[in-house]
Amino acid sequence: MPAFSCAFPGCRRDLLVIVLVVFVGIGLPIEASAPAYQSHGTEGSYLTNVTNTKKAFPVLAVNYKHVRQPFEIALWILLALLMKLGFHLIPRLSGVVPESCLLIVVGLLVGGLIKVIGEEPPVLDSQLFFLCLLPPIILDAGYFLPIRPFTENVGTILVFAVIGTLWNTFFMGGLLYALCQIESVGLGGVDLLACLLFGSIVSAVDPVAVLAVFEEIHINELVHILVFGESLLNDAVTVVLYNLFEEFAKVGTVTVLDVFLGVVCFFVVSLGGVLVGAIYGFLAAFTSRFTSHTRVIEPLFVFLYSYMAYLSSEMFHLSGIMALIVCGVVMRPYVEANISHKSYTTIKYFLKMWSSVSETLIFIFLGVSTVAGPHAWNWTFVITTVILCLVSRVLGVIGLTFIINKFRIVKLTKKDQFIVAYGGLRGAIAFSLGYLLSNRHQMRNLFLTAIITVIFFTVFVQGMTIRPLVELLAVKKKKESKPSINEEIHTEFLNHLLTGVEGVCGHYGHYHWKEKLNRFNKTYVKRWLIAGENFKEPELIAFYRKMELKQAIMMVESGQLPSALPSTISMQNIQPRAIPRVSKKREEEIRRILRSNLQNNKQKMRSRSYSRHTLFDADEEDNVSEVRLRKTKMEMERRMSHYLTVPANRESPRPGVRRVRFESDNQVFSADSVPTVHFEQPSPPSTPDAVSLEEEVPKRPSLEADIEGPRGNASDNHQGELDYQRLARCLSDPGPNKDKEEDDPFMSC
Amino acid sequence: MGASQSARTEHEFQDLADRTGFSLEQIGNLNKRFRQLSKNEQTLSRQDLASISALDNNPLRAQIINAFFDKRNLRQNEVGTVQVIGFEEFLMVMSHFRPAAMHITEEEREKLRREKLRFVFNMHDTDSDGTITLEEYRRAVEELLSKAGTIGQETAKAIADAAMLEVASTTRGKMEPDEFYEGITFENFLQILKTLDIETRMHVRFLNMDTATMRCGK
Repeated sequence: MPAFSCAFPGCRRDLLVIVLVVFVGIGLPIEASAPAYQSHGTEGSYLTNVTNTKKAFPVLAVNYKHVRQPFEIALWILLALLMKLGFHLIPRLSGVVPESCLLIVVGLLVGGLIKVIGEEPPVLDSQLFFLCLLPPIILDAGYFLPIRPFTENVGTILVFAVIGTLWNTFFMGGLLYALCQIESVGLGGVDLLACLLFGSIVSAVDPVAVLAVFEEIHINELVHILVFGESLLNDAVTVVLYNLFEEFAKVGTVTVLDVFLGVVCFFVVSLGGVLVGAIYGFLAAFTSRFTSHTRVIEPLFVFLYSYMAYLSSEMFHLSGIMALIVCGVVMRPYVEANISHKSYTTIKYFLKMWSSVSETLIFIFLGVSTVAGPHAWNWTFVITTVILCLVSRVLGVIGLTFIINKFRIVKLTKKDQFIVAYGGLRGAIAFSLGYLLSNRHQMRNLFLTAIITVIFFTVFVQGMTIRPLVELLAVKKKKESKPSINEEIHTEFLNHLLTGVEGVCGHYGHYHWKEKLNRFNKTYVKRWLIAGENFKEPELIAFYRKMELKQAIMMVESGQLPSALPSTISMQNIQPRAIPRVSKKREEEIRRILRSNLQNNKQKMRSRSYSRHTLFDADEEDNVSEVRLRKTKMEMERRMSHYLTVPANRESPRPGVRRVRFESDNQVFSADSVPTVHFEQPSPPSTPDAVSLEEEVPKRPSLEADIEGPRGNASDNHQGELDYQRLARCLSDPGPNKDKEEDDPFMSC
Repeated sequence: MGASQSARTEHEFQDLADRTGFSLEQIGNLNKRFRQLSKNEQTLSRQDLASISALDNNPLRAQIINAFFDKRNLRQNEVGTVQVIGFEEFLMVMSHFRPAAMHITEEEREKLRREKLRFVFNMHDTDSDGTITLEEYRRAVEELLSKAGTIGQETAKAIADAAMLEVASTTRGKMEPDEFYEGITFENFLQILKTLDIETRMHVRFLNMDTATMRCGK
């Protein structure tokens, strides 16, 4: 944008800040004066109806009432996103303060401004929160949940989620009740059940806050999955306890039967949620089997089925969060095997987008609601709550870890325990639950104030200090490792080896059951849920094909023909996975690519770091160039069609997540560590393509003769390295931690 | 046969416990399993292991059975295979699958890694020459993918080739086109699997030293 380029660096940033301020300045008065417009509008129309005097035809009229609601919603979202944009332009700030804190501060400011103008700031409506803002975040988390660490630690996670939350609730509720009994505090009217209810609200670790803070500190996988898994699974406990205590508080007395029913309720809520999620997950998987002709709406099925799962389980007062997680986890492997690559990308980006917006809005609204809400402040109560939260969390974690470590192979160290305890943040869910408390509770305002204080404390103090503490304690960080074929092979190898050794021991352990599940999955489930012949591929192959694909794309790119790829229209008739019939036009294009490729590489011939050639004995030298060329062409075609409409294969075991949460985006290969692969096929290829292309081959020798003998490895030269980097940038999914200007020019066709 | 027999076995077990690092209870359990597999004989043969039904669907079946009879795994610094193994050898092989204790030094951890990776290396290196050649690696990947359905030899070969390339480029860096990369040595193997955390992953729970041992199932 040449119009906005400035001579000195700070200028652009200042410009944006000015724009933001202007926006805010315009936005607020509009909202504030909305009621005025509304009344004006109705009045005007009434008058015209009654008097019917002749007026000049209104050339320009303002009818705000008409668009009021969508306008306000859009404006809020836009403001929130502009704020988010603004933060990242201020470099030092985003490094020190987590985004969530900044957003809350913005919310406070906005709320304050609105109040100053004289209007009522909007409060975070619980219905809006639970039905609109929360589901995208949870779905995003659930869909991209890293399964292996989760299942390996599921026992620990469940113990923390269930027993940890129960402990927190009773410890806090009990002690607060004891506090209220003390005369000097002046809160004599609070009974035990109310305290327990308060305890249940404020004791649950919040997934939104955890996600927001933890994504920025890149902690090691184990601790991350423990805290995050706990925050997801404790929803069932929270739901049950909250409803239970609400009911009891109404009645006033508790019997043994009630307690027993409460326990039963817990199981019903959690298992029911899981069941509902699983049902919808399988439905989604089954539906995706038939979408090969209507690829455009595939992402919608994923979103809608998941949302239905959430709503259905909320309808029955089951755990909606668990339903959503289970739905995402269950449907993912099957859906990804069925849908096209583009649909997969769409799903990924939409989920990221929605959850990002939701999170931003949640934090801003938290800030605004703080300014708005009725407050009742009691120093002792609030301070005690905050302290008790910390204390109970620490005690709970230490106590539970002591027991859990007896059953774990990889024990939790003290550092891990510290981070797990310190990372137990409270967030918007606690606030919304508190807001839902009916006004009958005389302590409602006090509770709300205390909840808000706890949230602020955890998000600000703990959120800001956790990063320096992690550095200080030298806690193990996430391993930023690139995927390596050898690792994949050996992971698979180890699985089978350990299953075998368990068999020899006669011990039906972990691996045995996992193997049984896999086999059941392959023989029965996949048959029903995956279209075509895709269900037989093991993970290793999928991983490898993904690598192949990238190299193929790189090879095409190195041909430097920007529009080398045929348009998708001609591909739609081609069955996925079969070697496609090539149209004459495409054949020409492909030959052109290869010819130019060869010519380019001829000029850039030099001994590369490693050549495939050296793996072979001398006598295979002859076959190398010619056969390789033929095979390369065929492979390229296959891969191009494969890429565009073929079902997106199951992703490599460590997918890139929305904001690079769990693993680095492993699609980024650095040029020197992963060499290109060429494929040999000594036997003549038996596909129709190759036959038609073979006649081209005899024309080749003249070109080949120019290629210096064994250095005929066309593609993996210096050019290859550069292209690899370009390719890597093309395919990596941008997250806030990586360069944001990456678009996907390649995939935009 | 009475007290003398059990006293003798107790003493033997203690001796074995000291040498292999298993607890007495674990050795007792493993002994029961050994006798079950060998049908109360003193030695175990390949047929005995081959008859385990749990191994039927395992693509690495043959390699696992061979590993038990491979002298290199018996810590004897010899090469070759034996036809039958006794209980002590059985324990030796099983000891490769013990998990790491909680508080061990870096040195011990490294030693454990080498031990476990050596086991895996020996499984690949079928001709015992100290390197994994391309052919051996190819065969290993083929075996691995053999039960996975209609994958075809080509893909397995391609995967093995790519893996080999990766090893070579990571460990050797630049190579002249006429140089030949003979195979993966043990040091290279260690290097490329550095990130795999093998000391925590390669264990069978049954053989855990610290936690309560579980009963031997059928």
